[in-house]
Amino acid sequence: MSYVKVSRRELTLAEKLYLPSILAGLKNTMSHLLRRGDNEITTMQYPEEKWDLPSYYRGVPVLVKDEDEREKCVACSLCEFVCPPRAISIIPKQIEGVVEKAPEVFDIDMLRCIFCGYCEEVCPEQAIFMSKEYEICGQTREELVYPMDKLYELGKTLGTDGGVKDAPKKWETLAREQGQQGLASDQDA
Amino acid sequence: MNPLLAQLTAAETDGWWAGFQAFFVAPENAWAVSLLLVLIVGKTIPGMVSLLVWVERRGAALLQDRLGPNRVGPFGILQSIADLVKFIFKEDVLPGHVNKPIFLLAPALAVIPPLVVLSFIPWGANVAIADVDTGILACFAFSSLHVYSVSLGGWASNSKYPLLGGVRAAAQMISYEIALGLSALSVFVIAGTLRLHDVVMFQTDGLTIAGTTYDALWARILDWNLFKQPLGAIIFLIAGFAETNRHPFDMPEAESELAAGYHTEFSSMKFALFFLGEYAAMIVMSSLFIVMYLGGWTFFGVENLLTDWVAEYGAANPGWINWPLIVEAHLHVGIFLGKLAFLLWFFIWVRWSLPRFRYDQLMSIGWKRLLPASLLWFALTAVGVALVR
Repeated sequence: MSYVKVSRRELTLAEKLYLPSILAGLKNTMSHLLRRGDNEITTMQYPEEKWDLPSYYRGVPVLVKDEDEREKCVACSLCEFVCPPRAISIIPKQIEGVVEKAPEVFDIDMLRCIFCGYCEEVCPEQAIFMSKEYEICGQTREELVYPMDKLYELGKTLGTDGGVKDAPKKWETLAREQGQQGLASDQDA
Repeated sequence: MNPLLAQLTAAETDGWWAGFQAFFVAPENAWAVSLLLVLIVGKTIPGMVSLLVWVERRGAALLQDRLGPNRVGPFGILQSIADLVKFIFKEDVLPGHVNKPIFLLAPALAVIPPLVVLSFIPWGANVAIADVDTGILACFAFSSLHVYSVSLGGWASNSKYPLLGGVRAAAQMISYEIALGLSALSVFVIAGTLRLHDVVMFQTDGLTIAGTTYDALWARILDWNLFKQPLGAIIFLIAGFAETNRHPFDMPEAESELAAGYHTEFSSMKFALFFLGEYAAMIVMSSLFIVMYLGGWTFFGVENLLTDWVAEYGAANPGWINWPLIVEAHLHVGIFLGKLAFLLWFFIWVRWSLPRFRYDQLMSIGWKRLLPASLLWFALTAVGVALVR
């Protein structure tokens, strides 16, 4: 036999009438309206209240400066090369000093960006970070190509000033990883 | 002559104010009073509907632990006005594949019948636009026209979901109209009249048991048809929910199956008219329930508080408009509106508490449960009335 007959309980008169269960349902919803028990309003009043984002959140990629307000980016173009949707475009320029190079133009097209975080991972100078900014809006496509000064402005959201106070987290992570690697290679030797 | 002004006889003719009063008092100008009431009711209903839509959305949200529209005006109360402005400025799309005359007619048909029925409702003692002797028949005759808007709207749209919604609506509204009519019939058997005003008076003249009329508060409460006709009232209420296409019987626009049902193809103000019609139909059904089962404008004697004042003023100032009578009319309408508010809230409360019935369940409830129950109740009432008389 390929099927089993399940005998169902015969419904009582009260159940067949629906009305008692309808009243129970009405009572239930009313208890929510009157906030009985642990019923709380779950609405987040968006522009005033915002999500408490986790530390690993990947929002808009931003540029940061160091403690002395110097550009950290050396226009090496690694992020430009690694960017999967080719959202980043950099034109380098020559500057005086040890670093020699800095970006003349550093644009990120937010319509193309997929927030993968590869640019942050690949950057040798810790100059680009994924921020927690997620409100991206504009009325034209051009408006959504974020230029360099806007990226530096957004970079300030990362720390209290200059934008580098929170940034060392990445270096700590890197140092920890490298330390472990170093440890591993020591053991190999 | 309008009964509202029945106590007034002649009028003074000097001065514009006296002329103004004389105009309204003159028997041949009773139409002017009716016209005034038409304007008041006709302008109030859309306002009530917009308030009702806000209450519905806000109430729904609070029942579901949300906040609902709370930005426009205090507590978001002006949300409906913002919506109306949006509707007016939206593009009114007239799809190329529709049957144009009927497509344009359907939204109008959604609004007109409920508004016509509202003219038969006695809002207070003698406060009705048209106090007709066959009140309830006229009400049912016009409110059953509502099915045309839904089925014609669905059919004229010439597309699949609206057609299915329209067909469902036609079947559902015709099925439940029978149970609705039969349960209403029992009320008129015991009241012995079809005039809505007399049906209300029947519920407030004290309870007569075995030849003795009791006038105490408990008797006044039990005098409501709700307690004389409990099963009839429940059937009427359930059928009324189905008749207005409200949850849990809103199969014609079951969005999970039919997009928006019969009004899928309608946009801008045409959609708004369907919306207005649905809520106006709710107001109509609630008003009929109040008149037939909840004692209309009466509230256990509160409605009679001003009677003496009215009589004194009428005796002292013959030929003038009896202003206390108008104050009393406001009291009556106030009581009526209070009951209406409760019932409309009940409609909303049920909508956000119950899941939708399946279509075969809907049909089996209508034909196999409500129809026999209302027939049985009608037979019991008829036998009871025959034995008592």
